[in-house]
Amino acid sequence: MINAVGRDIPEEILELTGKEVFHGNHYYDGYVYKKDGPNTKCVINSIGSKLVTSIKEALEKCEIRDGMTLGFHHHFREGDYIVNMVMEEVHRMGIKDITICASSLGKAHDPIVPYIEDGTITNIQSSGVRGKIGEAISNGKLKGLAIMRSHGGRVRAIESGEIRIDIAFIGTPTCDEYGNCRGIGGKSNCGVLSYAMVDGDHADKVVAITDCLVPFPNFPAHISMTKVDYVVKVDEIGNSEKIATGAAKPTTDMRKLMMAEYCTQFIINSPYFKDGFSYQTGVGGASIASTISLAKIMKERNVRMRFGVGGLTKPMCDLLINNQVDALLDTQDFDLSAVESVKNLRHFRISVGEYADPFNKGAVVNKLDFVILAALEVDVHFNCNVVVGSNGMITGAQGGHPDTAAGAKCTIVIAPLLQGRIPAICTDVTTVTTPGESVDVVITDYGIAINPRRQDLIEAMKDAELPFKTIEELRNIAYSIAGEPDKVQFGKRIVGIIESRDGTIMDVVRQIKPFKFAEE
Amino acid sequence: MEIIKPAVAGTLESSDCQVTVEAGEGKIDFSLESSVINQYGNQIRRVVFETLENMEVKNVRITIIDKGALDCTIRARVEGAVFRSVGQIDNLPWGGAIR
Repeated sequence: MINAVGRDIPEEILELTGKEVFHGNHYYDGYVYKKDGPNTKCVINSIGSKLVTSIKEALEKCEIRDGMTLGFHHHFREGDYIVNMVMEEVHRMGIKDITICASSLGKAHDPIVPYIEDGTITNIQSSGVRGKIGEAISNGKLKGLAIMRSHGGRVRAIESGEIRIDIAFIGTPTCDEYGNCRGIGGKSNCGVLSYAMVDGDHADKVVAITDCLVPFPNFPAHISMTKVDYVVKVDEIGNSEKIATGAAKPTTDMRKLMMAEYCTQFIINSPYFKDGFSYQTGVGGASIASTISLAKIMKERNVRMRFGVGGLTKPMCDLLINNQVDALLDTQDFDLSAVESVKNLRHFRISVGEYADPFNKGAVVNKLDFVILAALEVDVHFNCNVVVGSNGMITGAQGGHPDTAAGAKCTIVIAPLLQGRIPAICTDVTTVTTPGESVDVVITDYGIAINPRRQDLIEAMKDAELPFKTIEELRNIAYSIAGEPDKVQFGKRIVGIIESRDGTIMDVVRQIKPFKFAEE
Repeated sequence: MEIIKPAVAGTLESSDCQVTVEAGEGKIDFSLESSVINQYGNQIRRVVFETLENMEVKNVRITIIDKGALDCTIRARVEGAVFRSVGQIDNLPWGGAIR
């Protein structure tokens, strides 16, 4: 069945998943449902500790068995040890058929690939996967269907009961023996625990894993003891150097700086750039450079930002230090400056539900004026792909891309026209992750295209001195340089689905096939 | 042209390709490893065969490791390898066989 972004979703997948095809961003607006709650084992006695001696003991106490769903968060990013540590133990216990429901998985988790191959793990639900897990899925090694969900989409899936997490493992930089978790302090300081909050609220069993046990009460708790069943102290929960890096040096790449300049000029010429505007950006070189150059213009023109959201980095936190923004809303800290900034009273931790869940009573993304995003590919329908590489291999994550793009009044995607030989602007993206209806502007080093759905923005920009082109013109320039790419040759088997924010199916991902020349 | 001795042109840098030519077995024996093979494998093959045809090379084992080179680069590297294989470094036919 063809969905709203023109992708054909096979009937077998609709039957298998019980899902509908994507009908457009607002298809579920006003939908009423009852939230799912966890089975809760009460602690009334006052013996006083939830400490267990090992992950194995925690697994036994949680009555781990075949077919269970385990939850993980990715605040430790490429420095995470938790997933590997837990899965190694699960594997050793001979447990099979596990579903991993993670907020994201990365290269740090390459060691679990053998557990995919031997059937310990048969399903993966994640924002995305990188590294060897992505290759394993694309090569058809995962028995079940991989589900790629946006950050908001994961909260929706859990809160609506579409997926029930049997045991959630929450790596926490500090914790007391009764389970009060904080993202701050210890050896693996990640600042916030936003992605794990929904696991705390909805998982049947919650295990906190820390390498820094502190005396009770570890307050104010980011995840409360009222939600935690067991606490495990281990030697190391992560590699602090890979959790929060030093602030990235501002890019000196002229191409990125040029795109950043286009982006800043576009923003200040748009009707949303006025006192009290709101803003979110990612961690790409061009995005960070845009924030820096925007801050300068805000100062010159005496324009103040009301709030910034993210995924935070130093340039965003500098806005707070320099008193150019009223508040920062924080879901994840990418560098040490952002972790440090959490102490600021106007730097607020928010849950990913508050941030992006389409099935609550309104998320922060809905209040965004600007969001600046990147993409692997954008097509002439403005659909974006951030999950599947142009070679067909799963290699990225949805993250908050579809959430913020849907919510923001002005969604700007920055992408260099060519990445090596690969055109970032193409006729049809390999896989749709964010629908074109969410994307307003595409900025490349060869020009800027405004989505024709946004005649208001086209009108507002008519006097701006920027190199505007149509999206088709941008694609044609890319193809004239690199040649028109052939479509990737996929196999028949569907190995994963791209779920839209509301749980409908945006696209499918097929198994990769070895390349064959058209003629020999 | 007849390939006389094995020769190499190009590098393994991004957006370049490394072309190796050796004497063949009576035909064009083509092998390609490319970071963009899924999207451009056919196009690269076409460009290489066209370039060899222009130079009248019919008997060659040609091996290419491509890192996303554009067609113009691929052509230049193939021509470079072929001329090196015959030891020609002067009087290169710019605008003739090389185009």
